[in-house]
Amino acid sequence: MISRRSFCKKSLLIAGGLAIPLSCLELFDPKRLLAEKDEKGPRWVFLVDTRKCVGCGFCVKGCKVENEVPYDANVTRTWVERYVVTKDGKTHIDSPKGARDGFPNKGIDIGHGKLEEIRDEDIEKAFFVPKLCNQCDNPPCVQVCPVGATYQTADGVVLVDRNWCIGCGYCIMGCPYGVRFFHPVFHVAEKCNFCYHRITKGMQTACVDSCAFGARRVGNLRDPEDPVTKIIMTERVNVLKEEYGTKPQVFYLGLSKEVK
Amino acid sequence: MKSHVWRPLVVVLAVIAVVLVARKFLVPADFGIGARGYMYGWHRAGNEQQWKEVKVKYKTAAFCKDCHRDKYDEIKESPHRNINCENCHGPALNHPDDPKSLTIDRSRELCARCHTRLPYPNSSRGAMKGIDPKSHNVGLDCVTCHWPHDPRKEGHKR
Repeated sequence: MISRRSFCKKSLLIAGGLAIPLSCLELFDPKRLLAEKDEKGPRWVFLVDTRKCVGCGFCVKGCKVENEVPYDANVTRTWVERYVVTKDGKTHIDSPKGARDGFPNKGIDIGHGKLEEIRDEDIEKAFFVPKLCNQCDNPPCVQVCPVGATYQTADGVVLVDRNWCIGCGYCIMGCPYGVRFFHPVFHVAEKCNFCYHRITKGMQTACVDSCAFGARRVGNLRDPEDPVTKIIMTERVNVLKEEYGTKPQVFYLGLSKEVK
Repeated sequence: MKSHVWRPLVVVLAVIAVVLVARKFLVPADFGIGARGYMYGWHRAGNEQQWKEVKVKYKTAAFCKDCHRDKYDEIKESPHRNINCENCHGPALNHPDDPKSLTIDRSRELCARCHTRLPYPNSSRGAMKGIDPKSHNVGLDCVTCHWPHDPRKEGHKR
């Protein structure tokens, strides 16, 4: 027979016991998460037209200066790749110094200061492909960060907190596009952030401003009137390595199978 | 509760308490979930502002136009109209206060970025007017003969 005293004691115990998991759930309240998801405001995207790129490398120079990436260190937030497909079916790819000085040589840079010369008549097709951070909608670099130093903002840009990064390098390994590197001065992970200080002021990114050929454009995917959005919605755009499920937000026009 | 079985529980609870207290002091107040939820938005909110405060170095031709209207109008009428002033003149920074004058890159290498002939079919580079820098007037600056603000004009008036 249960006494009143033991009934009260046990009820309190059960209520207290239930309160513990409930308070844990409070920390991870999915409804609050959903409510805090801001679907207004911009969602920055990038459009690269590889047909227009001539490989001058002004974008790389502009980016390095604007974002204080050491100019002579062989690291860069954005770079341009050259693809030369020869008639024997081989693809020759290079990006000397990330194309910071453009492509001053006709020969393909094969490392150790050596150039591989290709005869003009052997070239089947050749083109340039600018690369930068894809600001993925499912960024694997953010998932692997153990300390919450890299994150995605409401407008879709993935940023790195230099004060919080411990420099473990997981994100550098985790990025399937190889856009992250170790900053030689700050000793933290570094990456393209669409010139966050410029786009949030209504300016273009430094690479877009320095491109004389219109090969690079930045836009807002949530604005249906944005010319970049219109192109992404209506033209035949492609993304890099979509099989990874990262949902990249840098779209390419004229992408060739050699690049993917 | 005096049982040896319960004693480890007290230790565990004490450790949890220490961790919670330490977290309170070590984690910044603005650290939390952002707009993208726990998986992608776990961060220090103040850092977004830090990135927004990075100094703008390239101020674009719209900034140069205010004082150098003549130069601006000249290049906008020329085949070089899409090249931003700062591509060759360097970033404006706080010009005209600091630096008082910009360092102009007049090197052959700068022009060669676009005008080295690369015979690439199906790329707009192949269609560009190009030269072989190893044989085309070696040792001379391009601006000796070509006026960069309007390449249709000849010579450098200096």
